[in-house]
Amino acid sequence: MLGRTANGLFWMFRYLERAENTARLLDAGIRLALTRDLVTAEEEWRSVIAVTGQKRLYEANHDSYAGADAWNFILRGKDNPANVREMFGAVRQNARMARNAISGEVWEAVNESWMRLEKLLARPIGQSAVGEVVRAIRLAGTLVHGALEGSMLRNEGYHFARAGTFVERADSTARLLDIKYYLLLPSLNYVGSSLDNGQWDTVLRSVGGERAFSWLNAGRMDARAIVEFLVLDDRFPRSLAFCHGALRDHMFALARLHGADAGSNQLMREAEINISDMSVETIFEQGLHEFLVQFEKANGEIGQAIAEDYRFLA
Amino acid sequence: MDRPTANFDEMFTADGSVRPGYAEFCGWYDEQDPKWLQRKDAEADDSFRRTGITFNVYGEDEAEERLIPFDMVPRIITAAEWRKVTKGIEQRVSAINSLLYDLYHRQEIIRAGRIPAHLFQDNAAWLQQMVGFTPPGGIYTHIVGIDLVRTGPNEFFVLEDNARTPSGVSYMLENRETMMSMFPELFARVGVESVSNYPRRLARSLAACAPAATTGKPKVAVLTPGIFNSAYFEHAFLADQMGAELVEASDLRVVGGRVQMRTTRGFEPVDVLYRRVDDEYLDPLTFNPDSMLGVPGIMDVYRAGGITIANAPGAGVADDKAIYSFMPEIVEFYTGQKPLLPNVQTWRCADEDSLAYVLDNLAELVVKEVHGSGGYGMLIGPTSSRRELAAFRKKLTANPQNYIAQPTLSLSTCPIFTKKGLAPRHVDLRPFVLVSPDGVDITPGGLTRVALKKGSLVVNSSQGGGTKDTWVLKD
Repeated sequence: MLGRTANGLFWMFRYLERAENTARLLDAGIRLALTRDLVTAEEEWRSVIAVTGQKRLYEANHDSYAGADAWNFILRGKDNPANVREMFGAVRQNARMARNAISGEVWEAVNESWMRLEKLLARPIGQSAVGEVVRAIRLAGTLVHGALEGSMLRNEGYHFARAGTFVERADSTARLLDIKYYLLLPSLNYVGSSLDNGQWDTVLRSVGGERAFSWLNAGRMDARAIVEFLVLDDRFPRSLAFCHGALRDHMFALARLHGADAGSNQLMREAEINISDMSVETIFEQGLHEFLVQFEKANGEIGQAIAEDYRFLA
Repeated sequence: MDRPTANFDEMFTADGSVRPGYAEFCGWYDEQDPKWLQRKDAEADDSFRRTGITFNVYGEDEAEERLIPFDMVPRIITAAEWRKVTKGIEQRVSAINSLLYDLYHRQEIIRAGRIPAHLFQDNAAWLQQMVGFTPPGGIYTHIVGIDLVRTGPNEFFVLEDNARTPSGVSYMLENRETMMSMFPELFARVGVESVSNYPRRLARSLAACAPAATTGKPKVAVLTPGIFNSAYFEHAFLADQMGAELVEASDLRVVGGRVQMRTTRGFEPVDVLYRRVDDEYLDPLTFNPDSMLGVPGIMDVYRAGGITIANAPGAGVADDKAIYSFMPEIVEFYTGQKPLLPNVQTWRCADEDSLAYVLDNLAELVVKEVHGSGGYGMLIGPTSSRRELAAFRKKLTANPQNYIAQPTLSLSTCPIFTKKGLAPRHVDLRPFVLVSPDGVDITPGGLTRVALKKGSLVVNSSQGGGTKDTWVLKD
């Protein structure tokens, strides 16, 4: 496979994942804002924008964190080059570039989703429509992943696609936790106290994990359990441990196909050791923020090493 | 429906009865509920959009992707008609290949005084680097599109030869796919020759031209200018269907005397390059030193037998409109036979007498640029205003050798589906021809282009033309 094609597949799935994660984040934000007073709602939108990494850009062009301003900025803002519409445009562009490396079904799933989203995102989105838009973005991800699972040859292209998914997802979960850590960090001292469960619930919702978490924890809600769930629980498909486990599998599959252990695999092993040695206590001792910063850095380096090992760029 | 005009209609005779080739189709058509057909018509558009069969229009916003309108009434060719047409095409394509070999070697045809030397000497597509070099298998034009028009039951004419990088074959394939998914029962009823194995035939044909340096199974790649090219969809489609790599120039590099592509495993040689870029974007060392485009050194590799380039660089010298006007002589010179498919009568404006005639009769003629394509820069006398005629007259007298003129043909019509029923529109036909050392291979079908505007003679997609599925009936 061409290095450029591998790059296209990797980024196609990174952008797809990013769009989907952004939709989840918005979904949780909308829900929290609906149930809260204006100040809390604005606070929530501020942190949502922060998670997307566009706080400075947003504040340069907007005076307040009104809900509709925030979600329009995130979904389709012309002043936001990283809006969801652009992300999905990049998904399709990369799919076109890698067209002969994806199945017709994957291509059609991408193209149809793109057409639907283009239509939905063409005009400013009001309160009554935003839920539908967010759902459509999430479904687009589901559709494309489904087509990939059901129709793609398990060759290197498949593994590049999956590697892109998990590098992005790991980054996204880590970033979300990092921005929200102020909710979680002091709470060790507050164990058992009535800290705002609604905001923790939002953290879980942002990764679509609220039901899974309460199922596993029988309704108990504390910082320790949430961090353990989102970082270390390898049963949850958006936890850091799960993402890196899956990433490792796909990277090793790539190494097997290429008959060589690449530099990226070495980095992957090191990152894995770092996680598997951790308990939630050591994470809090070390500092959640420090842990997450280190994780994000390692994750980014793995992505770069993949690009180098497999000659993504000239 | 609107009754056909004075010209030949593919479906109906002058007295309104259905021609035999269309009998089955018309029988089926008359049974259908017009409302249902209208719904199907709209569905077809959706299906093209979903599969992403779009093209970008030159000069418009890069992001703009358009559909070529699809008409669901097929253009039908009987087996007997097709046999005649293919014989003529084989003859013509063989002659074009012989012409190219000759022009780049001993130039017998010029020595014999059959065509003037300035035809290629002044031709921008002439390539000095090709002189004395024989491409692998002796093939110059691996993929050819011969544009045909029809004016009567047995009157097929060649309107244009496309010996560089003819496009549109993906529409031939997707139009058929769409028709089969919309109207499966129709195909159960009418025996239509299949076109779907074209990509396999193309892959085989290209592989048969592999260069001497090939080891093992020939590695084929499609070279595209990239995602913003108007025909990018087709490039990706063909690569996908052939199981070939889709490369851009930036993926290629000359390493160790071979043209190699950057894969995830390192550089791997390409044996046959089906290039969908023009000559001048092939090799900056040869063509345009200031260009960042192309693969530096690819021409040296080519000349040393390290790669096959399809179509061969310099093949364009055989398909401009000045050469076209000599095709009857060319066919006769190389095949020893009269052309089976005639040319449209052509006046070369470079000749003084012809120019005088053309200027006197401008309002009745079609005038084309010698190197033009896509329906750009041409004049259709009968439909032009006096001002347009005057403006064109000026351009023509200033640079006569840049133009040829032809009579305004009354192209055949074939009905299209409209809300009010069937309506005749002018059509042409581009069959797709593959050439390899194993022979000439013509897929039974082709691309029928149709002028959707009533009375219009311009079928180019860039000028509002559409396409139809083209059926060649089984015997």
